[in-house]
Amino acid sequence: MSSIVKQPSHTDGAAVERTQGGVVFQPRIDIVETADELTLCGDLPGVTSENLDIKFENRELVIQAKIDPAPDGRKLLVREYEVGDYYRVFTIGEEIDTDKISAELHDGVLVLHLPKNEAAKPKRIEVKTG
Amino acid sequence: MFARWQPFFDRQAEMNRLHQEMNRLFGRFDPAWNVRPGSIESFPAFNLWEEDDRLCAEAELPGMDVSDLEIYVNGGNQLSIRGERKQTQCDSGTWHRQERGHGKFARLLDLPVEVDPEKVEASFQQGVLTLKMPKREEAKPRRIQVKSA
Repeated sequence: MSSIVKQPSHTDGAAVERTQGGVVFQPRIDIVETADELTLCGDLPGVTSENLDIKFENRELVIQAKIDPAPDGRKLLVREYEVGDYYRVFTIGEEIDTDKISAELHDGVLVLHLPKNEAAKPKRIEVKTG
Repeated sequence: MFARWQPFFDRQAEMNRLHQEMNRLFGRFDPAWNVRPGSIESFPAFNLWEEDDRLCAEAELPGMDVSDLEIYVNGGNQLSIRGERKQTQCDSGTWHRQERGHGKFARLLDLPVEVDPEKVEASFQQGVLTLKMPKREEAKPRRIQVKSA
């Protein structure tokens, strides 16, 4: 069930194997590149920093989050969206300085800063007039 | 001769059936709820559940600034929510991927039970808006005692 903030996980290359049942969503992510870094902003509503797990391994950035399931016995009248865990994988290119990756979570939005290596930053060439 | 004659009661039954179908189509379903997910009328998506003394609703609104959000309860049975989700500031960079939506939204929903607008509470945590709407006294379920003779 697709929605504005997340979409169901596809079983393509990044297939998700789960040992327990439940729905998994791919959070929607914006990627912006500036001269110094790549910034990723993702919608992860309902996630606290304890339940969020970000790993960097083999040039792959894995974003994983668990949602506490709703208590049983609720009399649902309307259900327009489903709640589930989040999972998304990105392959990071060589231009990122992986030691300086940082993340913030605020109001359900994850902001990941991926600073570029010195070598990858654009350098301005000075033109000497003479 | 008998093959061509249409008995009167058959035609009436047919008209009744059509009439019922039309009623069902236009009367039963409130178009405000259960709209197509992802369509313009459906943001934010709501989950609504009922407890004995109140109605609770939840919506996912990550990154919303609470001051950009307006929630109204009209007359006890209508919920109106409107607001604007601003795009994350990015002046000098290039966009590689844009999947998150932004912009103004407005939704008007009919509540299945009458609630007391004075007592509605709203909280916003981790990007999830939770509304707790206590029912009006008359709308609460009352247990009927069965007298045994």
